[in-house]
Amino acid sequence: MELGLSHYLAVSAVLFTIGVVGIFVNRKNIIVILMAIELILLSVNLNLVAFSVFSGTIAGQIFAMLVLTVAAAEAAVGLAVLVVYFRNRGDISVENVDLMKG
Amino acid sequence: MALIAFYLMAAVTLVSALMVIMARNPVHSVLWLILAFFSSAGLFVLIGAEFLAMLLVVVYVGAVAVLFLFVVMMLDVDFVELKDGTLRYWPFAMLVGIVFAAEIFMASVLGVRSRPDAFDAAPGADTNAEAIGQVMYTDYLLLFQLAGIVLLIAMIGAIVLTLRHRVDVKRQNIAKQTSRRRADAYELKDPKPGQGI
Repeated sequence: MELGLSHYLAVSAVLFTIGVVGIFVNRKNIIVILMAIELILLSVNLNLVAFSVFSGTIAGQIFAMLVLTVAAAEAAVGLAVLVVYFRNRGDISVENVDLMKG
Repeated sequence: MALIAFYLMAAVTLVSALMVIMARNPVHSVLWLILAFFSSAGLFVLIGAEFLAMLLVVVYVGAVAVLFLFVVMMLDVDFVELKDGTLRYWPFAMLVGIVFAAEIFMASVLGVRSRPDAFDAAPGADTNAEAIGQVMYTDYLLLFQLAGIVLLIAMIGAIVLTLRHRVDVKRQNIAKQTSRRRADAYELKDPKPGQGI
């Protein structure tokens, strides 16, 4: 068997699933939720690059680069929000985020 | 040979991704995340997307992971207590995961079979980076600029969110410092002999 597109799609699918499960499992720990989101974005990148290479067009890799940019920006802003939240509350438990309830 | 390398790196990627969400200590989670990104960069190299592989290592391992490490180590949280009760989320999480995986596998099996594999990591160029460079600043110039704006906004946003002016900290006042005259700084005394000041 030769290395093909479906190999990459399978890895990407499993990676995506791990990311989604990670969000549900670590409901309390927002840092791990952010890391799970990074895993999901990585699986998206894997898909884009695999499709780009196996279809012989470069556009997918450009899009993968944009996804990378957005992922980096999201990590920076997400962690900044986290730091501010920790400063105000003293913990990072997601379960009792009810500051906006009034 | 390529297949063996693929299975090896895919296995490392998936196992370390699993460890990211299962590790008890978030610092370990970050380290597993680094391994996951590193081995998926290997997967990119395997099909010839070298430029994105290097980008993945530089951006993720070099910047994002370090950012995560900083935040994890900066926050003084009892992570063992946070981990309590995650066991009861597992059944629901597995259900969601199985549904997701089934859907994706179905979509990729049904959708991809008819597609011929035209393997080319650098269409119209010698190297992968050259192929990307040919279109990035021409066809995708607007997207490139927009990506820059996204990063700028993220940077400003992070600064605005975390900046705070503490009143209990002594700050340097440059105007006050430079406008100091010799007369304010010291005075001359002329003590009489044997008397002191």
